[in-house]
Amino acid sequence: MKDGKLILENGEIFEGKIFGCIAEASGEVVFNTSLCGYQEILTDPSYYGQIVIMTYPLIGNYGTNNEDCESEKVQAKGLIVGSYEDEWSNFEGRQSLNDYLKKNNVTAIAGIDTRALTKMVRTQGSMRGIITGENISEKKLLQKVLNVPEISGANLVPFVTANENYIVSSENPKYKIAVYDFGIKKNILREFLKFDIELKVFKADCDYKEILDYKPDGIFFSNGPGDPAAVTYGIENAKNLIPSGVPVFGICLGHQLISLALGAQTYKLKFGHRGGNHPVKNHDINKIEITSQNHGFSVNEKTFDNPDIVITHTNLYDGTNEGIRHKKYPVMSVQYHPEASPGPNDSKYLFTEFMKIVSKN
Amino acid sequence: MPKRTDLKTILLIGSGPIVIGQACEFDYSGSQAVKALKEEGYRVVLINSNPATIMTDPEISDATYIEPITPEYIEEIIKKEKPEAILPTMGGQTALNAAMQLHEKGVLKKYNIELLGAKVDSIKKAESREEFNEAMVKIGLEVAKGMFVHNMDEARIAMEKIGFPIIVRPSFTLGGTGGGIAYNVEEYETIVNKGLTASPTSQVLVEESLIGWKEFELEVMRDKNDNFVVICSIENFDPMGVHTGDSITVAPAQTLTDKQYQRLRDAAKKVISEIGVETGGSNIQFAVNPENGRIIVIEMNPRVSRSSALASKATGFPIAKIAAKLAIGYTLDEIPNDITKTTPSCFEPVIDYVVLKIPRWDFDKFRSSNPDNDVLGVQMKSVGEVMSFGRNFKEAFQKAIRSLETGRAGLGADGKDKYSYEELTSLKKSERNLLKEKILTKLQTPRNDNIFYLRYALLLGASIDELYQSTKIDKWFLNQVKDIVDLEVEMRGMRI
Repeated sequence: MKDGKLILENGEIFEGKIFGCIAEASGEVVFNTSLCGYQEILTDPSYYGQIVIMTYPLIGNYGTNNEDCESEKVQAKGLIVGSYEDEWSNFEGRQSLNDYLKKNNVTAIAGIDTRALTKMVRTQGSMRGIITGENISEKKLLQKVLNVPEISGANLVPFVTANENYIVSSENPKYKIAVYDFGIKKNILREFLKFDIELKVFKADCDYKEILDYKPDGIFFSNGPGDPAAVTYGIENAKNLIPSGVPVFGICLGHQLISLALGAQTYKLKFGHRGGNHPVKNHDINKIEITSQNHGFSVNEKTFDNPDIVITHTNLYDGTNEGIRHKKYPVMSVQYHPEASPGPNDSKYLFTEFMKIVSKN
Repeated sequence: MPKRTDLKTILLIGSGPIVIGQACEFDYSGSQAVKALKEEGYRVVLINSNPATIMTDPEISDATYIEPITPEYIEEIIKKEKPEAILPTMGGQTALNAAMQLHEKGVLKKYNIELLGAKVDSIKKAESREEFNEAMVKIGLEVAKGMFVHNMDEARIAMEKIGFPIIVRPSFTLGGTGGGIAYNVEEYETIVNKGLTASPTSQVLVEESLIGWKEFELEVMRDKNDNFVVICSIENFDPMGVHTGDSITVAPAQTLTDKQYQRLRDAAKKVISEIGVETGGSNIQFAVNPENGRIIVIEMNPRVSRSSALASKATGFPIAKIAAKLAIGYTLDEIPNDITKTTPSCFEPVIDYVVLKIPRWDFDKFRSSNPDNDVLGVQMKSVGEVMSFGRNFKEAFQKAIRSLETGRAGLGADGKDKYSYEELTSLKKSERNLLKEKILTKLQTPRNDNIFYLRYALLLGASIDELYQSTKIDKWFLNQVKDIVDLEVEMRGMRI
């Protein structure tokens, strides 16, 4: 493997070996604590614009397969691992992670002290970084890193939303769900399709009237990358769709857009929540779910100046908001990922709950 | 929920003498549990027949009885100490069995004593093969297919249902005489015939063979609000067929995709709910078919186990302590995390390192005239184990071998090899192949020294596929071993 390095905007340099596509990767450096699930993470459109550190040191063990994709391609800008394991073993495996990244033109770096790097990100916050195999002077590299666009204030949705609206359906659809695609994970669609429904997936900037013209029985706001406050059309459309009385469900970025539409503010977390072990309390039933998380921004629930908002879920690690419900309108949304993939399946009941609301409406 | 105030005195049953399969891990869990209960203000009475334990130190419990762990002695202690409850899940199988005997003799009822951690029905369901299998089928999980047959007609029907390979075990024969593994109809009929003759009741158990499958364990906890967490996933380096206590095990699981792992997690959640362990830890073992991922539930221990001690140390999550607190009414979200102090215990530990356990055998001390004394199988033979941490598998593996105190510095090249490097690499091609075949044949039988023979085979040019065919050790692990050997060869080529 070719020598390479990772440089952060604080000037720190980590030396390692390049794998995947021999090129340069730049983006916001974030860490994920999942022990496995790297293929799902890499193909999750919410990681667009980011370089992911896997805190578990052995990555590549089970190769990559044809099933565990959350979109058509690798969406993360780069990957940082402790030890890359090229000799994979798994009955579902098709090719090595190295070959998979090459095919997807994504650059990765191995041999990094991911523990030291993660601690740095935890204490100093998410930072921009560049992975490169080029022999460029430190000074020039630092200059380059400082020119990498920041995620705060960035609307990254246009890079990952569908090019055209499309319909997918289960065999005998009873209900129609309109899905806003801000960078939707495939597993959300798979979970929905377990019910008898037709899903029409709309481009992120579709006007709410177009959604209502479809006469949906439910509306879904998907996950996605970047700063929610910058997705102004999403917030506007949510504002107009919530009072329509059609049941609304949101996940991750969708939750943030719904919350912004309902008057709350969002803010950037220091180092975000990314992993598959976050305990979340469901206040309705006083039970804990172990959840899959991937978000760099959070809803400040104190800024809801609206007595109709009920806080339904809270993160037990740091007390941040994880879910809301509206008292008057059939609106529910969660910050975390009930569709899992990767992560535990504890929260899949939310899809059932939403479909119950849809069927009752 | 606050802790229970209707309890004042709790009796904890220890695990008795150190025997193979039940050693100091239960002293560790028991001591933790006593401390946790005392911390909550309960009076703790302890019975353990083994005075050479930490838990029987005078300052640990409020009253300590060093007496045989039998229902009679325990009843005497109950008469005197008047506990309202017994915690039987910390002292291994010994404590669980003692609790069941107390139930069967009506002692629990007579003195109105509650079992904490696991109820009688749950223990029964987990321990009785039949009840357990029924419970698993009920929740849609698979167990190894098997049935008792009494004649060749029944045996043929069973064969159709099970599929090869089939394990044949005659009932009531000494040491399994007349049994064996059948890979085809001819072998099957021969072995069944022999088995039927050998069995005094003309009965044989024919069972689906899981030998060579991958083996995984999940250490899980559940509280009375049905909150469920996995503390640790453990993958066995050795395939099914070698007792977990004799297997090299690795945490976390290394060769599963997230979806495959989540299937085990979902299954474990269903198992603990169905068996009905309401407050505490359990260990659930799975076999996974390496060809297609089919999952078979092997067994469940409704108590802290050898693996929970490993999982506790591997993750920093004190399973026994938390299990004790759950048993007295707390829920996972009410107990602070031992490491962070600020977050709750209701979470799943993630680690950024690899933990390895290698068993330690003492076949020299347990001399036997049987040359196959050191063959590893379904009965545990190791007398202890070492545990090591590394930032990767190879580091943990080498550290563990070195820590065994068997005089080895690692996988080899330490001057203590049966075949020296020079010897192995200077052989003529024909001799080399002969020795390679001999070693590959040896590796087909799991033995305590097989890891060193993996190295010899690799140095003789054996491929990963050949090693896999012989050992059924997952190729990922074999490649890790090969990396170590490759590095050795590379270093030998270097000149200072």
